Amino acid sequence: MTRLPVVAFALLTAAAVEPQVLTELPRAANGRPDLSGVWQTLNTAHWNLEPHVSDYPVLLELGAQFAVPPGPGVVVGGEIPYLPEARAERDRRFENRLADDPEGKCYMGGVPRSTYMPYPFQILQNERDIVIYYQFATAFRRIFVDGKEEAPLDSWMGWSNGRWDGDTFVVEVTGLNGLTWLDRAGNYASGNARITERYTPLGPNHLQYEATIEDPTVFSRPWTIRMPLYRIVDEDFRVLEFKCEPYAEEKIYGHLRKPGTEPPAGASSR
Amino acid sequence: MRKPTTLAAAALAAAVISLCAEAQKHPRTAWGDPDLTGAYSEFTTAPLERDPSYGEREFLREDEYEEFAKRRLEQRFDADDTEPGTQEDVHYSMGQFALSENEGVHSLNLRTSIVTQPKNGRIPPLTAAAVARRDARAAARRGKEFDGPEMRSLTERCIIWSSTQPPILPRGYNSNLQIFQSPGYVIIQGEMGDPRIIPTDGRTLPDKLLPQWNGTSVGRWEGETFVIETAGFHPESAWRNASENMRVTERIRRLDEDTLEYEFMVSDPDTWAEPWGGVYPLTRLDGLLYEYACTEGNYGMANILSGARAAEKEAAEEP
Repeated sequence: MTRLPVVAFALLTAAAVEPQVLTELPRAANGRPDLSGVWQTLNTAHWNLEPHVSDYPVLLELGAQFAVPPGPGVVVGGEIPYLPEARAERDRRFENRLADDPEGKCYMGGVPRSTYMPYPFQILQNERDIVIYYQFATAFRRIFVDGKEEAPLDSWMGWSNGRWDGDTFVVEVTGLNGLTWLDRAGNYASGNARITERYTPLGPNHLQYEATIEDPTVFSRPWTIRMPLYRIVDEDFRVLEFKCEPYAEEKIYGHLRKPGTEPPAGASSR
Repeated sequence: MRKPTTLAAAALAAAVISLCAEAQKHPRTAWGDPDLTGAYSEFTTAPLERDPSYGEREFLREDEYEEFAKRRLEQRFDADDTEPGTQEDVHYSMGQFALSENEGVHSLNLRTSIVTQPKNGRIPPLTAAAVARRDARAAARRGKEFDGPEMRSLTERCIIWSSTQPPILPRGYNSNLQIFQSPGYVIIQGEMGDPRIIPTDGRTLPDKLLPQWNGTSVGRWEGETFVIETAGFHPESAWRNASENMRVTERIRRLDEDTLEYEFMVSDPDTWAEPWGGVYPLTRLDGLLYEYACTEGNYGMANILSGARAAEKEAAEEP
């Protein structure tokens, strides 16, 4: 009995799961870079935008696998230029992060936090609209290309007008409701924030992401975060649903549970 | 064709529509697919199931339509008419906030029901297995409905509205959806639903699917029609008591500048002895859909549970 068929099968299998790495910068019919694809960051910005060493988990019994990993930070210049009273508010939020971080309640991440949460997001592009679907809390954003309208009301994901500046897609985000945080360390901006995002191709499989945050009620000057986005190249990758509501119910409503009853026994393994 | 005032105009429009279809004058995207993009109202005058008095009659006569539609359009929650102590009595008035589904724009629809198959326009009865599943679920909740958040409905928990998952059906309010397209994808988002990112790049449904609340969808173009196949539903979603093995086929095509046709078929031998389905128009909205943040503003859940705790306390204190 020859072993050839096994080898052939193995080769076929390998071919079927070949990563979908692009070799040329994709462009849309109108000549602009095609930002379509599934992207994700590969850093610790979701823990803390500023440079940070490793730290204890928010609950000690969570142990090392939920400890805070170290990271060089993504703030250009290193430190967020808080006004003194705003820095105190950031520190207060850090102390209360277990109870107050909206991520723990399955609330939409807002902008720019949704970009660097540790979950994939998908950009879909045509000449009039660019839409982004974020896995966390199934958040969705529509960016009006060359849009001029102002936000009619505040929202979690804000109001986004985009324009092309050469090969860079620039998005002005206003109308944020100020209820989101910027990371798990209590960094924040208020509802007065104006965010300018810049998406620039670094190559076929990488984007440079920049967000400049202007909010004179919280910061002494505008400041910028910068980080690469990595294309997910797994074959036929889909952004699976992360409907996080069930996992936040006990946290939000547990105190209203009928005395003597227990939450659902453990997490379902589905 | 929106809110037709005369049937003559409607009939004329219908004739024009069919001519246009023949001439293939529907808009195309920059990359050549039929263009379905826009925001649409799902409201229609046809009820989901047909009144049995119509038998197998699919369409109203034109002289019957006005009265039929008028009855439908007058159905509305009205806070003035509610009975004290009922849920309707404490719910805000849908009419007051222009939320009632029948205040949305709609197209002429002479159908007597959304359901068209089986021919009686009625959803087939549940199989014995489906009845058993439904009863077991109800029994597991009985007497515990207010114990904790996990005992409440998926809608109250902001997990999913059964009518925004495929197949999409009109619902009591916010009965709208928007469609985006990009090369290789169609995106459908119900106002209160999750975005469905539907690939049209030729991929097929895998044999093994992870359960998803909205299922997993693949799409393809058949001429002017966008066809979506969906399977792999979450077992707890139990759409109309269906099992996780339900499969849904949706077909969307443009009828005219303001109207799409939405057709669906569901198949689940564990739940219904035969597949069933229907069709209704989607009518273009002039406005935009805005963000629907459900769990972020879910005061209802806290109020329901704290109300139940207060009621228990009150009952315990009674002599």
